[in-house]
Amino acid sequence: MSPDEVAARLTDGMTIGIGGWGSRRKPMALVRAICRTPLRDLTVVSCGGPDIGLLCAYGKVRRVVAPFVTLDSIPLDPWFRAARQSGDGATSIEFTEYDEGMFMFGLLAAAYRLPFLPTPAGTATDILRVNPGLRTIRSPYRTAGAEGGEFVAMPPLPLDAALVHMNRADVRGNGQYLGPDPYLDDLFAKAADRCYMSCERLVPSFDGPVQSLLVSRMFVNGVAETPRGAHFTSCEPDYGRDEVFQRRYAAAAGDPAGWQRFRNRYLDADEPTYQREVKRT
Amino acid sequence: MCAVACADAWRGDGETLAAAMGTCAILGSRLARLTFAPGLLTTDGGALLTRGPLPLNRPAATASHTAEGWLPFRDHLWLVLHGRRHVMMGAAQLDRHGRSNISRIGDRDRPAAQLLGARGAPGNTIRNTTSYWIPRHTRRVFVERVDMVTGAAATDAHDLRRVVTDLGVLDFQGPGHTLRLVSVHPGVTVEEVRDNTGFDLPTPADGVGRTRDPTDHELHLLRGVLDPDGLREREVRG
Repeated sequence: MSPDEVAARLTDGMTIGIGGWGSRRKPMALVRAICRTPLRDLTVVSCGGPDIGLLCAYGKVRRVVAPFVTLDSIPLDPWFRAARQSGDGATSIEFTEYDEGMFMFGLLAAAYRLPFLPTPAGTATDILRVNPGLRTIRSPYRTAGAEGGEFVAMPPLPLDAALVHMNRADVRGNGQYLGPDPYLDDLFAKAADRCYMSCERLVPSFDGPVQSLLVSRMFVNGVAETPRGAHFTSCEPDYGRDEVFQRRYAAAAGDPAGWQRFRNRYLDADEPTYQREVKRT
Repeated sequence: MCAVACADAWRGDGETLAAAMGTCAILGSRLARLTFAPGLLTTDGGALLTRGPLPLNRPAATASHTAEGWLPFRDHLWLVLHGRRHVMMGAAQLDRHGRSNISRIGDRDRPAAQLLGARGAPGNTIRNTTSYWIPRHTRRVFVERVDMVTGAAATDAHDLRRVVTDLGVLDFQGPGHTLRLVSVHPGVTVEEVRDNTGFDLPTPADGVGRTRDPTDHELHLLRGVLDPDGLREREVRG
């Protein structure tokens, strides 16, 4: 599949999970493809980075479900901030905010098809106040060593579709990561009805330890080979984050004319154009 | 000075993970490990537990021989609940009870400033020893009431240990586990700290101390080994 073919499988109002973490191994080619579609009203579930920012910039997002949105080396994403701080109903977005561990439990609960997972995180904070649907639970056990008290019952975060980017994949949809961190990508795949995977390179068979085979084809509905498809986020060890380009993205967001130029040059055509223009930069 | 005050936060923690956010806090954790707390575990800022403290602004260790362990984000989140961890994090706002906010300033639906989001703060404070590093001690940070509680108050938290700022060191031994000024850095007065704090700040009965100076050895480690590029100078105003 091509990134555009993946984007064409998505529909308005979907809940879409995006793998990676902050500004690391994000399926950016797929995100860019979504930006070029008329898709709208998406709920995006993500350990947020510029995936959230770009989708906000293109007005694709109705709600963000995340524990954070950051570009790592730049603490805050300008487009996510703008969308949140805007009073304009057309561009402002809702933010459902969880603790990181709770968020992971939400994906785990969805992956395990459990109604909730208990966690102490979130008690004694405003997480419960800003998520009025969250319920708490007391442990039914009184055995020695088991903790009493109140726990948050984190509900599942089921996804209509998940998007992840892997270092390597085969055509059947098995995915391999070669960097230091799997992030939560396999959980996103397992929590979703459908998963689409982009990869640096399609391979006929895998090198490296089997533990690096992170995502199984039984959860994957389509694979797109998109070299440098995580750019400008990192995709270790194939490439690190393009810090210069990330700074350019953040700077362009602060200036409407500059953003229009940035869009025209990099984003509005297609993925090969994006990669060609980045190379020329 | 600030890095050393941060380092002292990890005194006596043994084999726990020192999780630090912010330049001086990261330097402090690595300095503590190189000096009085050799049992501490430190990371490369990513998924690796490092064999020794890394210098700032140098390529992170990627080769396995520089790692003593693997702690990808999902295991880090496991460790947060497990608890062998002392985190030193930042806060956009902090109240006298130790409630912290890293999520947003202002209204929930239309914040004046959208910040990071709750990140790991709820889990950190409820299960881990938690300290704070605040590079600019102002009334904007030390407020009467935080706009969103992302970190739990001292009375609910596992163990709020201390707050290091560019002006001094605070703990939570004030009345009812509230913030208390323990020491001021050289050249800083108690009045100056109080002027920059948005609520009354109690002090110990036996007076406010002076933050200790770095030893020659610590200075050598900071300047020559851990932060040769002087990144700490960029975080703290002169």
